[in-house]
Amino acid sequence: MKPSPFVHHAPRSVAEAVAVLAEVGHDGKVLAGGQSLIPILNMRLAAPGHLVDINRVAGLDTVEVTDDAVRIGALVRHALLERHDGAFAANPLLRQALRNVAHPAIRNRGTTTGSIAHADPSGEMPAVLALTQGYVEAASAAGTREIAAADFFLGPLESCLTEGEMATGVRFGRFPAGTGTAFAESARRHGDYALAGVAAAVTLTDGVVTSVRASFVSVTPTPDVLDLTEAFAGREVADVDWVKAAEMARDHVDPDGDIHATADYRRMLAGVLTTRVLTEAAATALEGQSR
Amino acid sequence: MTDTTSTVEQQLEITLRVNGVARTATAPARRLLSDFLRHDLRLTGTHVGCEHGVCGACTVLVDGQPMRSCLMFAVTAQDHEITTVEGLAPDAEQMSPVQQAFTECHGLQCGFCTPGFLTTITAYLQENPDPTEAEARECISGNLCRCTGYQNIVKSVLRAAEITHEREAGA
Ligand SMILES: Cc1cc2nc3c(=O)[nH]c(=O)nc-3n(C[C@H](O)[C@H](O)[C@H](O)COP(=O)(O)OP(=O)(O)OC[C@H]3O[C@@H](n4cnc5c(N)ncnc54)[C@H](O)[C@@H]3O)c2cc1C
Ligand code: FES
Ligand code: FES
Repeated sequence: MKPSPFVHHAPRSVAEAVAVLAEVGHDGKVLAGGQSLIPILNMRLAAPGHLVDINRVAGLDTVEVTDDAVRIGALVRHALLERHDGAFAANPLLRQALRNVAHPAIRNRGTTTGSIAHADPSGEMPAVLALTQGYVEAASAAGTREIAAADFFLGPLESCLTEGEMATGVRFGRFPAGTGTAFAESARRHGDYALAGVAAAVTLTDGVVTSVRASFVSVTPTPDVLDLTEAFAGREVADVDWVKAAEMARDHVDPDGDIHATADYRRMLAGVLTTRVLTEAAATALEGQSR
Repeated sequence: MTDTTSTVEQQLEITLRVNGVARTATAPARRLLSDFLRHDLRLTGTHVGCEHGVCGACTVLVDGQPMRSCLMFAVTAQDHEITTVEGLAPDAEQMSPVQQAFTECHGLQCGFCTPGFLTTITAYLQENPDPTEAEARECISGNLCRCTGYQNIVKSVLRAAEITHEREAGA
């Protein structure tokens, strides 16, 4: 099917973009990579009267690595971030997760900020933003604000961005020294949306566990973080049996069933994947410390 | 909206550089790049299967990188270099290495999916000129084919890499 008619706006600056968004109100939508929005328009599940195409806005395509964050502009495509060595060094979880986001042709066009703004609980990058305790930077005609990941996701496909507001970029947090990360998911075909996915970070101090956290893809309504620190902190990492974490993950998640997998199967997967990523993250953390 | 002028759709003059040539046509803002290529520019090599990004039949190169032309508006594609399957062959006498490999290895049956495979593989081999069989499979995993069972397409990817090297050595 084809999209219904709309007026196309091609602002050259954030100020211009938010001015148009303010003017068109609820009838406007931001168009970034279009890899989620255009399918919705093609199927006529949405029919906004105005598209504010931000692809020509200058200055939104940069990646900056700072002491505490990897900051990306709203036009940084998944593929660019995936290949960015500085971003990988600062937070390996970004590349670990991005490899699982769709297929290369879609990563070449889709933006990481767009996937977070889209707030799909089956998206990998919302879960990563949550686990890194990152922020979304937003602008509107009224000014700018930053929103912590914990406050950003309200429900499936629902963020706290208001009418007239656009995300100008996001900041992924960095983990403390001694942290290992891992990401794993199960999908029917590599690149498809995950049946279940888990991102994890394990922090060690002198071989002793000090922090254990995980966030989930496709099995929770919003990407909230499961903090397992209390259950594992203080133990020698070599003695930890991560299989125990599977049960906690299964209790935490709340999957829906669909034609691809039942809720029970997804819950089981979330448990198995949690054990796998925690084992891997702990091994990476240990390796990093012995260097 | 009751005002009659607003029911007349906004029309845009859109200029695209396709296969090295600037082409202009008038189309509404909602014209997908895939439809602009096929209907407005009459370049019907690009095929349209699903129109939601899943099948890959519509894949074209945008500034050398594979993208779904059904998930891009023609108006957004302005200022970019588009390469369609019609632009892959170096000249009228010679097929591109990937095209030749598909004919040698029977990489197609009905040919519906083929343009998307050819563009995807062409870009991939530029990044990775010597893929393993596993990498060849990974490279085509975003494209669907209803006919071939993929075996001969995987062979074609590997053969295309060989042909590229043979031509470089012969040149
Ligand atoms: C076949 C297929 C498979 C896919 N598989 C996966 C997958 O496995 N995992 C995954 O995570 N994603 C997947 N995607 C989606 C892909 O990652 C998209 O790139 C992403 O979800 C949206 O980013 P975008 O830039 O394309 O946003 P768009 O499609 O342009 O926008 C999506 C939504 O976010 C809003 N938006 C976008 N940018 C902004 C902004 N800066 N400010 C405010 N609002 C904004 C839009 O208004 C719209 O509502 C898949 C897509 C396809 C077509
Ligand atoms: S028609 Fe574009 S991906 Fe199927
Ligand atoms: S050859 Fe028929 S769909 Fe691929």
